[in-house]
Amino acid sequence: MDRFLTIAENLAQALTAGLLVGSVYALMCVGLGLIFGVMRVINFAQGEFLMLGMYVTLYSFTWFGLGTILGPYVGPIVGALIAGVVLYFVGILLHRYLLTRVTGIKVVGSEGEGHYPQLILTLGLSLILANGGLILFGSTPENIRTPLSATAWEIGPLVGDQLSIFLNKARSVAFVVSIVVALVLYVFITRSRVGKTLRAAADNPEAATYMGINVERAHRVAFGLGCAITAVAGGLVATYYPFQPYVGLEFVIIMYAGVVLGGMGSIGGAFWGGLTIGLIQQLSTLVLPLQLQNAAIFVVFLLIVLLRPEGLFGRNVERA
Amino acid sequence: MKGGAGRQVMAILAFAAAYLVVGLFIRNQYYQLMLTLVLVWAIMGVSWNVFSGYSGLVSFGHASFFGLGAYTVTLLLVKFDITPWLGIPVGMLVGVAAGVLIGYPTFRLRGHYFALAMLAYPLALLYIFEWLGYQEVALPMKRESAAFYMQFSDHRAYVLIALAMLVAAMLVSLRIERSRFGLSLTAIKQNEWAAEASGIDTLRWKMKAIMVSGAIAAGAGGFYAVVLLVVTPPTVFGMLTSAQALIVTLFGGVATLWGPVLGAVILIPLAEVLHAELGDKIPGIQGVVFGAAIVLVMLVAPEGVLPRIRDALARRRLAGVLPPQGEAMATAPVASVVTSLVKRQAVGEEVLLRVTNLSRAFGGLKAVQEVSFEVRKGEVLGIIGPNGAGKTTLFNLLNGFIPPDAGEVRFAGRPMIALKPNAVCRLGIGRTFQVMRPFSRMSVLDNVLVGAFVAEAGDAGAVAAAREAIARVGLAARADAMAGGLTTVELRLMELARAIASRPTLLLADETLAGLGAQEVDRVLDTISTLANAGMTIVIIEHTMAAMVRLADRFLVLDHGTVLASGKPEEVTRDPKVIEAYLGKRWMTRAKG
Repeated sequence: MDRFLTIAENLAQALTAGLLVGSVYALMCVGLGLIFGVMRVINFAQGEFLMLGMYVTLYSFTWFGLGTILGPYVGPIVGALIAGVVLYFVGILLHRYLLTRVTGIKVVGSEGEGHYPQLILTLGLSLILANGGLILFGSTPENIRTPLSATAWEIGPLVGDQLSIFLNKARSVAFVVSIVVALVLYVFITRSRVGKTLRAAADNPEAATYMGINVERAHRVAFGLGCAITAVAGGLVATYYPFQPYVGLEFVIIMYAGVVLGGMGSIGGAFWGGLTIGLIQQLSTLVLPLQLQNAAIFVVFLLIVLLRPEGLFGRNVERA
Repeated sequence: MKGGAGRQVMAILAFAAAYLVVGLFIRNQYYQLMLTLVLVWAIMGVSWNVFSGYSGLVSFGHASFFGLGAYTVTLLLVKFDITPWLGIPVGMLVGVAAGVLIGYPTFRLRGHYFALAMLAYPLALLYIFEWLGYQEVALPMKRESAAFYMQFSDHRAYVLIALAMLVAAMLVSLRIERSRFGLSLTAIKQNEWAAEASGIDTLRWKMKAIMVSGAIAAGAGGFYAVVLLVVTPPTVFGMLTSAQALIVTLFGGVATLWGPVLGAVILIPLAEVLHAELGDKIPGIQGVVFGAAIVLVMLVAPEGVLPRIRDALARRRLAGVLPPQGEAMATAPVASVVTSLVKRQAVGEEVLLRVTNLSRAFGGLKAVQEVSFEVRKGEVLGIIGPNGAGKTTLFNLLNGFIPPDAGEVRFAGRPMIALKPNAVCRLGIGRTFQVMRPFSRMSVLDNVLVGAFVAEAGDAGAVAAAREAIARVGLAARADAMAGGLTTVELRLMELARAIASRPTLLLADETLAGLGAQEVDRVLDTISTLANAGMTIVIIEHTMAAMVRLADRFLVLDHGTVLASGKPEEVTRDPKVIEAYLGKRWMTRAKG
């Protein structure tokens, strides 16, 4: 009986942790999915935007003293939102001066070779940002230290005092913020005028042009927003996960996995995909050694790509 | 294919000799190491180029092969005391095996998905090797019989070995480039569907390419382990390893023999020197250099440095000398169709193609339903029908692009369902496309040559077959022109030539007359009727009724995916059902009048 309870407790704990972590993954996936959905650009440097989001959050938290002014709950959230704003403008500038050279309407419609310049350009960008980050920030792992990262709320005890689930406070805050930001974005895209132009540009860039929509501007906004959202997610991760400038690579695969699982081109799908990846990752710790946790994600990613490339919610698959 | 292979071999040997001379005079161990590393990354570049450069399938995961090679050599030496002289070849075999294991499932993917999937393999391997406890494996120093273990106190020996490996890799690359191997990969890169339909077994060539490429990369990785004497998962499976292979190639010039070498010679010393001078103060400088190099190349010269230089030189040399144009039109057959349409031998009784109850739906749309018909040997069958009648879908079902939901296709008595397009082509069904699918950046001759590979096993024979096919469609004067620069009618004729170069017994021509002017229609019709007169069986989809009446022995009318009527042109065109559905009221009055 005890043994059974232990398993149940572990399982419940892993599920909870999966939901908490997964919601943040979901948010970063939404950022990547937005960029792909609208621009048909696979942004290789998305992990580095996440990393930049972490550092911007860290520095606004420590330099501006957000922690002392706003407290451990609000401080990191404001820091993450600042990171979002900063990265929005970074994204806008990068799009304006780099990405327009290799993306746009003509690439959206092309098959095969037309996409390689942007894949390779963003790969170069990713190398510059990751290694540039090493130069700027150094290689020492950092994290945003608040009392929350080491404390937890306890649910329970349940089942006659025998079973408890612990919610890490930092992760729980990140969970709530992720859901809120994702909801705000959902409302923005479905209700606002700008959101509608984004969807039109995504659906059929050529027709959108004829309808008077400035597709290049829509692409720019999408890229900026995608960077910003991923940066916010990065800022949230930074409250409970130590990071260094190469951290982007760890997360970029999670993002790809989530976006592919949700179906490339579907922003809502990216959210559910990211959440699923979080669950898979945490549940895998029940059966796999910790070192293989990341390998498990890669394997799951490969399985998704190989077995179901159109994803669970996908509509736009590159046809054979 | 292209001449000058002997000259290239000489150039490779001359480069190796010059590099060796430089290597022999340099005594500083650090510079010797750098000379060696330049060669290692040049080999990696060649490996990446052989696969991704020619086939166009971007691999972000060549570190898989590199790392497996490195660990094979290391572990064989550490655990079993097996010398790297043997370890490197074994590592290359492991590379081949990895190529098979990675390639087979991953080749079902295209574009983005392929690139992303390739990224995941080395990263998964990285964590697996760390978990296995191989975080840092040092190669043991062998004091006795060091040379037997590929350990030399004189580091010039490493330069020599690396140079030998590079020369071998370049010769392989040259051989691929100058054979049907390379041309097939290039055709896949430019239009995979057209390559399949022209009889190129795309999966087979991709598998071969990734196996060769995997072997070369694994060899480079194994040698790298010997030189650096210590192996860690991040250095051999890391992202930078894959990226460097790709970057030196794209920087120097993708899909060129010398591009990877040039890229490595420029970028590796640059990054190494900066790393040595500034590495302690600016730790990530190497990565920044590679990143900046590739961003710059993509923005300024996306085709790479070498082709850019070559173009500039060629432009200077060729200034004023324009290639002759317009000859093709002058030499084209001018005889009108009516005169050449002397009826050929009577159509035989033998059924060449039998289609029974063929059906295919896309979601709720029944594109082709229960279509049955026969094509007799020597016949010209015209398939007509309004837009959306399912004509092109029918062709796609016949040549294997899409599998049917139900029904049977027998060609010369053989069941054809579930065969891949290239197999269909090999069995003797050639096709052209409504929306043309040329290999734009290949010459007319090379385009047609891709089709001719099916007919001829030898490369020389294939060239002859291609030239013959080009002459049959009257494009001989344009054989060396780039397909991208052809006019519509020339492209239509080139597709015809590509299709007939495989010497098909049945030709499927999909709206070959679309978008042509009246005279051009005559020119193409003339070519087709010449083919028919020579005994080729032809199924042709066409909108232009007048042209079809002149060409076809029999009509098959499709409407909403079903067969509406079939029979002799004069009967079909008088059939009220057909007139109603397809020809419209204007024809109704004419038919009556």
